[in-house]
Amino acid sequence: MARMKFLCDADRCIECNACVTACKNEHEVPWGMNRRRVVTINDGKPGERSISMACMHCTDAPCAAVCPVNCFYTTADAVVLHSKDLCIGCGYCFYACPFGAPQYPKVGNFGSRGKMDKCTFCAGGPETDFSKEEYEKYGANRLAEGKLPLCAEMCSTKSLLAGDGDVIAQIYKERVAKRGYGSGAWGWQTAYRESIAT
Amino acid sequence: MLIKRTERQARRSSLAATVGIQSGIGLDRRTFLRRSGLVAGGLATIGALPLASVQKAEAAGTNVSGATIRKNICTHCSVGCTVLAEVSNGVWVGQEPGWESPINRGSHCAKGAATRELVHGDRRLRYPMKLVNGQWTRISWETAINEIGDKLMEIRKKSGAESVYWLGSAKFTNEGAYLNRKFAAYWGTNNSDHQARICHSTTVAGVANTWGYGAMTNSYTDIRNSKTLLFLGGNPAEAHPVSLQHLLEGKELNRANFIVCDPRMTRTGAHATEYVRIRPGTDIPIIYGMLWHIFKNGWEDKQFIEQRVYGMDDIRKEVEKYTPEEVERITGVPGAQLKHVAEKFAKDRPSCLIWAMGQTQHTVGTANVRASCILLLATGNVGGPGMGANIFRGHTNVQGATDLGLDIVTLPLYYGLAEPAWRHWSRVWEEDFEWLKTRFDDPKLMNTPGIPSTRWHDATLLAKDQVAQTDNIKCMFVMGHGGNTVTRMPEAAKALASLDLLVVADPVPTTWAVLGDRKDGTYLLPVATSYETEGSRVASNRAMQWGEQIVKPIFESKDDLEIMYLLAKKLGFADRMFRNIKVNGNLPVAEDILREINRGGWSTGYCGQSPERIKSHMAHQSDFDMRTQKATTGPNKGDYYGLPWPCWGSPAFRHPGTPLLYNTNLSIKEGGGTFRARFGVEREEKLPDGTTRKVSLLGNGYYSKDSEIKDGYPEFTLGVLKKLGWDKDLTEAELAVINKINPTTPDAVSWSIDLSGGIQRVAIEHGCIPYGNGKARANAFGLPDAIPVHREPIYTPRVELVEKYPTLPDAKQFRLPNIGFTVQKTAVEKGIAKQFPLILSSGRLVEYEGGGEETRSNKWLAELQQDMFIEINPADAADRGIKDGAWVLVSGAEMPSGKVCRMKALVTERVGKGVTWTPFHFAGWFMTEDQRGKYPKGADPIVLGESVNTLTTYGYDPVTGMQEPKATLCQIRAA
Repeated sequence: MARMKFLCDADRCIECNACVTACKNEHEVPWGMNRRRVVTINDGKPGERSISMACMHCTDAPCAAVCPVNCFYTTADAVVLHSKDLCIGCGYCFYACPFGAPQYPKVGNFGSRGKMDKCTFCAGGPETDFSKEEYEKYGANRLAEGKLPLCAEMCSTKSLLAGDGDVIAQIYKERVAKRGYGSGAWGWQTAYRESIAT
Repeated sequence: MLIKRTERQARRSSLAATVGIQSGIGLDRRTFLRRSGLVAGGLATIGALPLASVQKAEAAGTNVSGATIRKNICTHCSVGCTVLAEVSNGVWVGQEPGWESPINRGSHCAKGAATRELVHGDRRLRYPMKLVNGQWTRISWETAINEIGDKLMEIRKKSGAESVYWLGSAKFTNEGAYLNRKFAAYWGTNNSDHQARICHSTTVAGVANTWGYGAMTNSYTDIRNSKTLLFLGGNPAEAHPVSLQHLLEGKELNRANFIVCDPRMTRTGAHATEYVRIRPGTDIPIIYGMLWHIFKNGWEDKQFIEQRVYGMDDIRKEVEKYTPEEVERITGVPGAQLKHVAEKFAKDRPSCLIWAMGQTQHTVGTANVRASCILLLATGNVGGPGMGANIFRGHTNVQGATDLGLDIVTLPLYYGLAEPAWRHWSRVWEEDFEWLKTRFDDPKLMNTPGIPSTRWHDATLLAKDQVAQTDNIKCMFVMGHGGNTVTRMPEAAKALASLDLLVVADPVPTTWAVLGDRKDGTYLLPVATSYETEGSRVASNRAMQWGEQIVKPIFESKDDLEIMYLLAKKLGFADRMFRNIKVNGNLPVAEDILREINRGGWSTGYCGQSPERIKSHMAHQSDFDMRTQKATTGPNKGDYYGLPWPCWGSPAFRHPGTPLLYNTNLSIKEGGGTFRARFGVEREEKLPDGTTRKVSLLGNGYYSKDSEIKDGYPEFTLGVLKKLGWDKDLTEAELAVINKINPTTPDAVSWSIDLSGGIQRVAIEHGCIPYGNGKARANAFGLPDAIPVHREPIYTPRVELVEKYPTLPDAKQFRLPNIGFTVQKTAVEKGIAKQFPLILSSGRLVEYEGGGEETRSNKWLAELQQDMFIEINPADAADRGIKDGAWVLVSGAEMPSGKVCRMKALVTERVGKGVTWTPFHFAGWFMTEDQRGKYPKGADPIVLGESVNTLTTYGYDPVTGMQEPKATLCQIRAA
C-alpha cells in the first residue's frame, strides 16, 4: 500500500510559485485562499532557501486529533481529507497544524470563519469520485484519475515531489548522493516522524 | 461555497461516466499506486531521474476524459515550455503537464501553470473600441478597420509613409512577425520594430559582430554539460524558471561552479556556489578584470585563439589597463575574488556564460556583449557542449520575431536594407522591386534604418528638422507591445498627447490606452492570445515549435494575421502582399506563410523547417532525448528537436538542425558549423611605423569534421563553386534558378540569395558550411567601440570616474540625435548625483512578464504580487526613516520637478548599500495618479502600480538605440 507524501527539496526550490498557481488552476481556488504557498527564509541574504508548503498529510494528523466534530479522515493512501459538511469552521485545526495548512474563507472567530479548506493531495473528498459535489467542495480528484498532485507534476525544477513516500525518499536520497549535499527532507520529522538518511 | 463551480464540471462528470469509475471501486486506484511504486523504483535506480519520468509511465493512457488535448507553447518566456490544454466543448477546461516535451518535461513556472486564465479573460478587451471625446465607445470591426485605414491614408498624404510607426511584437508567431515586417515594407517604411529593441538588440548586434549570428550558441538543455556556469546580468530563477531545472541538475551532476555576478543577491544567486556583488553598469571592468588574471597567468586557450580568433592582441593591450586595483575601484569587487572566478572559468571547462537584460540594457550594451564573447573566445569556450554564450531571451518568440526582421535595420532574416536585400525579398514575394520603391517617401529611406522603438517619443516631440525623415511620427500602430517598457515615460505621455492616431491591437488595453491625455483618434482592437491562434515560434535555443489553436479567439478578438490582412485589404495592397499565401475568409493560412519564409530564409537556415516537419516534431516529442535534443527513433530520427536554425537546404534536404552553433566536431550535414566568414576575407591593418599589412580573417588551419577544404574558406557563391570545380554538382534546374537571379553575372550569386538552395546543398555535400569558415572577431572593427572599454552610465553616482570613462560623444543615430555625452556632462556639472544619490536598477518578477498588463490581469498571478515596490538596503532605509512595507515616494533624475512615484518599500540586504531595485511590470499609476478609471470598463488589470520607467532616464546604445533602465539614479523618501 502506498503511503502518499510530499517532499520539497529546498536545494532545488527557486520560489517560482508554479505549485501555487497550478493548484489555483486545477481546483479553481478563489482569491485569498492558498492551499499551497512558498515560504522563503533568509530572504535576500546568503543562505536564502525556499520551501513549498501545504498540508503534509501527517501521520497521526494533529488536525484530526483536535477536531471537535471529527471531520477528518485518512484514506487508504494515507491522504488526510476532511468533510466540509461536518466542518464547523472552529479553527482548532489551524492552531494544531504545524504547517499552517488550513485556510478559511472568512476572517473571524470560531464558527464565523466558514468551512475549512486545505490541500487534498488532489484526491477530492468524501463525495463520489468525479461528482459535481466533490469538485465544488474539494476540487479535482487527480489521484482517482491515476495522476499525482499537479503542483508537484508541474514543479519547474522537480523540487517538489509527491507520491509514494518510499519512492520519493529514494529519489531524494539518490539526488543527495549524486550532488553531495542536501538540507534534508524538510518537515518530514514533524509530519511523518521520520527523516531520510542520506 | 469555497470552490467556484466551473465548466470543468462537464469534463469531470463525463470522465466518470466514460470509465464508469464510482466510489467504492478503490481497487483501481490502489492498483495504480502499487504499480506506480514499482515503476518509479525501477527508474529511480537508473539515475537521478526525478518525478517526471516516474509519473510519465503512468500518466500515458490514463487520460480518458472526454476532453481533447491540444499542444501549444507557453507565451511567457523563451524557454519554450509545452502547454497541454484540455478542451471540452470549445472551452479550455484544464492544463496537464506536457511530459513528452524534451524542453520542460511537464514543468512550468507560476505563469505557465496559470496560463489557462489568459483565455478565460475576465479582464480581456472584448470588442473594438475608440475614444470619443475622452470616452471609450464600442465600435464594430468594420468601422474600426475603415476608420483606421482612412486615417492612415490621411497621415500618409499629409506627412508621408514614414510618419506611421509599426510597433510589432515578440508575442507574434513567426508568421505574424514576418507578416508584420512585410506589411511595413508594403506600406513603405523601415519604422518597424518590436521588443527585441529593448531586450536583446545589443546581444544580437554584439554576438553577430563577433562570430556571425545573433543568437544563443547552445541551449538551455545543453547547459547540463557545463562545469562552470557564470551568470553575468541574468536572473533566470525568476525570469526563466524552467531553465533552472537544467541548470540545477547540471550543477548537481557535474558538481559545477555556479557563479552569479549581479548587483542583487538574486533568487539565482541563492543557489550559487559563489556570489559576486557588482555595481550596476560595470560589466566590462568585471570581464577585463577576469581577463587580466587569465592573460597574466597564461590560462587562455592559445591554440583556439591562434586558429579561430582575430584581434585578441588588441584586447590584451586594453586589458592591461584593468589592474585588480583599478577594477576594484570601478566595480567594488576585490581583486582576489575575481582572480578566483577567473581561474574557475578558465580551468574548470567547459564553461558557459549566461546573460539576459542585466548586460544588454545599457548605453554600453553592445560593448558588454562583445566583452562577454571575448571572454569566451579567450578561454576557448565556444563551439562545443557545455560552452558558449547562453543568451536567455525574454518572450516565447522574441528570437523568431528578431530573425524575421521586426527590426529597423533589416528585412527578414538579417538581409539588411541595402538594394540586394530588397531585390532578394522582391524575388521571394514575386513583387516588382520598382513598385516597392515607390511606396517609400524617398527611395533613400528604403535603405536607411528606421527609428528605434526606444525613441518613438523623441521622434514625435523633437523639432521636425532634427528627425531625418519626411516628418515626425504621427501615428503609433502598436500590436502586442507594452507602453511602460520604454524608458522616460513622462516624455511618452507628452508624445502620446500629440499623436494624430494611436492604434493598440492587444488582448488587453495596455498602458498605451491610459497614458497621456488623449480624447480622440485612439483605437483599441481586441486580439487573440497565442493560444487562440496557430503557428510556429522559435525559443531561445533557436528551435522552432508549432502551436495548435487551443480555442477559437474569445469574445470579438481576432487573430493577428487576420487583422493585418483586413488592413492590407483596406489599404489596397492585400492582393500583392498575399499573392502566394492562401487566405481562408479573411484569415491567412499560417502554413503558407511559413512556406514563404522557407523559400526566402537561406541566410539564417530558416529554409528547412517546413510546417510538416515541425508539426511532426510536436506530434512525436517523446522520440527526442532531453540531453541531446536528438530523436533516437520514429519518423524524425536523427533530427534535433525543433530543427534549431540554421536548418540548411530545402525541407527535402532533411538537415537535422544545428543544436550548437560553430561546433566543428560535427559535419555540417549533421548540424556542425564554423565561425562565419562574415567580415571579409582579409583586413588591412595599420602598423605603428605607418606601413600596412594584410591579415587573413579566415580560419587558420582548422575546419569542421568531414570538410573537404582543410582550412578557412570564404562564403560560397557560384563563382567559388566554379573555382573548386564543384559547380558540376548543381542540377540543371538549380543552375537555371541561379542564372535567373543574376543573368549578367551569375557567379556573384551567393548561398544566401540562391532560391534553388543548390549552392548550399553542394557546399554541404562537400562538408563545407555555406557561409564560409572564418575567424571570430575579438576586435570588431567598424563598431563604435571595436575594443570594448568601460564607460560610466550617463547618470552615475561615481562622478569622479566620468572624466576617465566618459560615455561616447554626441552623434546622430537612427535618424535622431543621441546627446548622451551632453546629458552626462550636464548631470555631473549640476551635481545630480548629490540630489539623487541612489542607483536605480530594474528587473523581472517570476509572476509577471514584460509590461505586465496581461499577467497583472490574471487573478492567479495578480494575487501573488499586489504592490509595486522598491528594494532598498537597510542602511539606506535607516538613513531615510523608511520602514519595511511602508509607502515611499521615489523621484527620478529627469522627472518633472515636484513629481514623485508612490510605491512600497522592501527593505532588504538583497541590494547593496547605495543601490535600489524595482520590478518593471507595473503600470496604471502615473506619478501618484491612479489611472484605473481611464481603462475601458472591465478591462482594467487587477493590479496597478507605478512604472519604473517613469523614473528612468536618457541613455542609448550607439549601435542599436538600446535604452538604459538598469543603471540610473533616484532619491527616496518616506511617504
